[in-house]
Amino acid sequence: MSPQKRVKDSKAQKRTSQGSDSYQTNFVALEEENLNDSKCSLKHGQDNPMKDYGHVDDEAEDDLKRAMRYFEKGPVKTSQMKDKTLEKHFRTVENVAWKSGLAPEGIDILLNVALSGKFGNAVNTRILKCMIPATLVSEDSVVKAISWLCVGKCSGSTKVLFYRWLVAMFDFIDHKEQINLLYGFFFASLQDDALCPYVCHLLYLLTKKENVKPFRVRKLLSLQAKMGMQPHLQALLSLYKFFAPTLISVSLPARKKIYFKNSDNLWKTALLALRQRNQGPPPEPVKLMLGPANVRPLKRKWNSYSVIPVLNSSSYSKEYGKKGMALSDYLSSNGSFPLEQLKSFPQLLKNIHCLELPSQMGAVLNNSLLLHYINCVKDESVLLRLYHWLSQTLQEECIWYKVNNYEHGKEFASFLDTIIRAQCFLQEGFYSCETFLYKSLPLWDGLCCRSQFLQLVSWIPFSSFSEMKPLLFDHLAQLFFTSTIYFKCSVLQTLRELLQNWLLWLSTDIHMKPVMDSPLESTLSGSMNSVSELIHYVGWLSTTAVRLESNNTFLLHFILDFYEKVCDVYINYNLPLVILFPPGIFYPTLLSLDSSILNQLCYIMHRYRKNLTAAKKNEFIQKTKLQFRFSTKTYQEFNHYLMVMVGCLWTSRPFQKGLYIDHEVLEKAGVVEYKSSLNLVHHPALLSYAVSFLLQECPEERVSMSSIRGKKWNWYLDYLFSEGLQGLQLFIKSSIHRSSVPRPESINHIEH
Amino acid sequence: MDSDDTAESTLRHRTSSRLQDCCIGATPLQKRIESVRKQVSFVPTPPRRKIPQCSQLQEDNDPQKVAFILHKQWTLYSLTPLYKFSYTNLKEYSRLLSAFIAAEKQKGLAVEVGEDVSVKVTFSTLLGMKGTQRDSEAFLVQILSKSQLPSENREQKVLWTGWFCCVFGDSLLETIPEDFTCVPLFLANGAETNTALVGTWFQKTFDCHFSPLAINAFNLSWMAAMWTACKMDQYMAATELLWSVPCSPQSLDISYAIHPEDAKALWDSVHKTPGEVTQEEVDLFMDCLYSHFHRHFKIHLSATRLVRVSTSVASVHTDGKIKILCHKYLIGVLAYLTELAIFQID
Repeated sequence: MSPQKRVKDSKAQKRTSQGSDSYQTNFVALEEENLNDSKCSLKHGQDNPMKDYGHVDDEAEDDLKRAMRYFEKGPVKTSQMKDKTLEKHFRTVENVAWKSGLAPEGIDILLNVALSGKFGNAVNTRILKCMIPATLVSEDSVVKAISWLCVGKCSGSTKVLFYRWLVAMFDFIDHKEQINLLYGFFFASLQDDALCPYVCHLLYLLTKKENVKPFRVRKLLSLQAKMGMQPHLQALLSLYKFFAPTLISVSLPARKKIYFKNSDNLWKTALLALRQRNQGPPPEPVKLMLGPANVRPLKRKWNSYSVIPVLNSSSYSKEYGKKGMALSDYLSSNGSFPLEQLKSFPQLLKNIHCLELPSQMGAVLNNSLLLHYINCVKDESVLLRLYHWLSQTLQEECIWYKVNNYEHGKEFASFLDTIIRAQCFLQEGFYSCETFLYKSLPLWDGLCCRSQFLQLVSWIPFSSFSEMKPLLFDHLAQLFFTSTIYFKCSVLQTLRELLQNWLLWLSTDIHMKPVMDSPLESTLSGSMNSVSELIHYVGWLSTTAVRLESNNTFLLHFILDFYEKVCDVYINYNLPLVILFPPGIFYPTLLSLDSSILNQLCYIMHRYRKNLTAAKKNEFIQKTKLQFRFSTKTYQEFNHYLMVMVGCLWTSRPFQKGLYIDHEVLEKAGVVEYKSSLNLVHHPALLSYAVSFLLQECPEERVSMSSIRGKKWNWYLDYLFSEGLQGLQLFIKSSIHRSSVPRPESINHIEH
Repeated sequence: MDSDDTAESTLRHRTSSRLQDCCIGATPLQKRIESVRKQVSFVPTPPRRKIPQCSQLQEDNDPQKVAFILHKQWTLYSLTPLYKFSYTNLKEYSRLLSAFIAAEKQKGLAVEVGEDVSVKVTFSTLLGMKGTQRDSEAFLVQILSKSQLPSENREQKVLWTGWFCCVFGDSLLETIPEDFTCVPLFLANGAETNTALVGTWFQKTFDCHFSPLAINAFNLSWMAAMWTACKMDQYMAATELLWSVPCSPQSLDISYAIHPEDAKALWDSVHKTPGEVTQEEVDLFMDCLYSHFHRHFKIHLSATRLVRVSTSVASVHTDGKIKILCHKYLIGVLAYLTELAIFQID
């Protein structure tokens, strides 16, 4: 799809200046580009499991190109071969046309072929019948085609079919200015009796006020006199009368039935598909729902195509308020920039002061340029309009509000995806989504649209956690504890993203407004409170989850991922906050059987140290910010964890303080010699490393763990680091002062 | 409702001061969020309400228009605030909506341009249909068919009627800036296709959103109690409650009709605070009905679903259809419906 489109963009400009003669070469160049493109896309798609489909598509594309070239060249004389190849190529073109439509270039070529009379009438008819655009028809192609009509190479029936095609495709022609310039030509074609109804229809669509001229009115009236009251002529006349009532004195019947019959439209189904392609996914078929439990779904009946409104300029406020309009309004309205023309970012910048807003604010969701605008607009009413629309639509679309309405699940999910895309684009959550979460989370089953729903949670705008907790996080906790481990992990990931979004918002917000009316301390400390409450909440969730899932490694990874964010708040976001993990997380990770968990723990401890020392340094330098002095408790906690870790891993003197286990218990368990059993050699997560280290050193001998000491201890460390335990390396480097003499080393406490 | 007001305002004060701790300045949007949080976190409806009373403002209203509203079945919708709606442009709106309807009805066909449309739309205000002076003026939209024969006494037939109102909508008005007009309650009578056309036009023109307003069993029992409590000069119909039992292939309906005076007597026996209805009283009233029914039929109505309440004041169905019967309590009924509509759009 995309290669063709891209080519169109790049070529469209060139082509307007070139005549049809140079077109052939142009197409060859275009073809090469196409081929290159498809190669590229193939390369890109290498890790795509659907690669084979790519091949098929490519082949189809090549076939199409071959078919196009064939038609372009014109008929070959040898008759028997001709029929076969012609049929083959026809089939290719028709297949593509009815399946996905033809690119503007394809339409251009085929129109040229059909009207130039290279082939016979039957072929021309068949070509015209399958000319279904993929998206649009370029105006140039139409103008070129009309020029063929003047040459007189095609038959009357082809002409008729062409006009019918033009009327059917009228809405899909990208511009109509040049076509309108040919108004006189079309008007002259009214003479032709066979063409007259179709030309009338075309003129009906094309006529502007300036096209209505006295001589044309006279002509139309004389035609009517000649042919009698024809509906198509009447249509055109009534339109003329509307534009210029003074020119037409004839009375036309006031109530009129149908002027032009649409039912004989050959391309009806194709057009329906085309319109849906251009306007997004088709609506689900309307289903009549009975029973009082089902609230009448409005949208399906009211807004036929999609949930999100179509972008329209809001000219209404000017038009509708005409009477009371001041001169200045007129002036400003003349200078306003219609949304439909807004195509690029520079355009937005140039016209940002006079942009017409959409009549339905919901339309911005599908338009990234307008999202930019929403992002910087100060007008509260704009945001309120969006808020109301989005709140109501979410509520109405939400599938678990309705009984037995799960068939719209896909549609709802894609709507949520659109919202999430917009939020990611803005890097900001919508308030409507927050209220939607409040209302819908208590009813959510934790399954339906899970990934979307959790993403919405991660984009909740920053505000007071304690206020949100009973509305949202208490409900989430209930689901969390009663769901599978995978759900737990995805909730933890969501909360990590939420934390990150809040931190980003706070770090930019605080630095953007250094001076404020309200004292900075109170607002900042309020914000910090909210963040720390979130972190404590996750700590509580995690501690319980670790017990529920009996120290599951997978879960521990997600928990530690969260703390990797937490430990770096001070340095990465420049916010005065250091919160350590609870013991319920620390000990299970320290005693984990998985080396990567231990490694991650070491890395986090290393980052905590960095942050705490940085905070301490800054405290000395900036006496002004003293109110953010971290409590000595934080330092004590950190030092305690540090001692425990060093005691276990390094000095083989674990749990010296705080934890006492009765010797008898240990004896019963058969681990009297427990002291060294948690050091770098014997730790269950690292034991396999020690064994393979020894085997590598001296493969022949019987391995003895206790032999790793002294120099060998250092080698062993280097071996561990080389095996990818970078976190451990950083931790040891920063926390343990290694003297040249192997032991005893000292621990680097942080003084408080 | 005085005691209620003070309780609410202290509550609001408390929450807003809390909000300022972490947010800077209260924009209308933040006010909205605040009110939603308040709504979600506390009991969804206030535990006490006033018994409908005759309103002072109601005296101003046009008796013809009121008569037109009564005894018709209306389908209820909630409506978000209208952006840039102006009461001075009603004529212009009539013209535009007529053109829109004509265009939509002939969609896909060549549209006839000009004034020759077969339908005519009128907009008019409904004076006095509000609770306080701050409430937006109610207005009426009608689709009339134009007679095809240009005879002298051409009678215009009303094809469809809809009206917009706001009765005691203070809680919404407070949080909405001036660009918006709050008429959260919309009532329609006529073919649904017309409702859809008018609704679509409003949505496109004033960037608002219509949602069907269903009334759940909880609110239905409130209505049953409040309307039973209304003093009537004469009862026009029996008090009837309808329950639905979900069973296949066809659901079973249980109708429970009581003589209105008996119902009133029951209400008087459970009612304590004069002029007010409380949640306890509503629960007690319904429980009495349930136990009476159980004694006779051994069916626990509390296990089924209340779907319709009909009294002499009004008759309302859970799927959002209402017929207002009593002129005297019109404003009271609308006030409760406005409250429900506001709850839905928050």
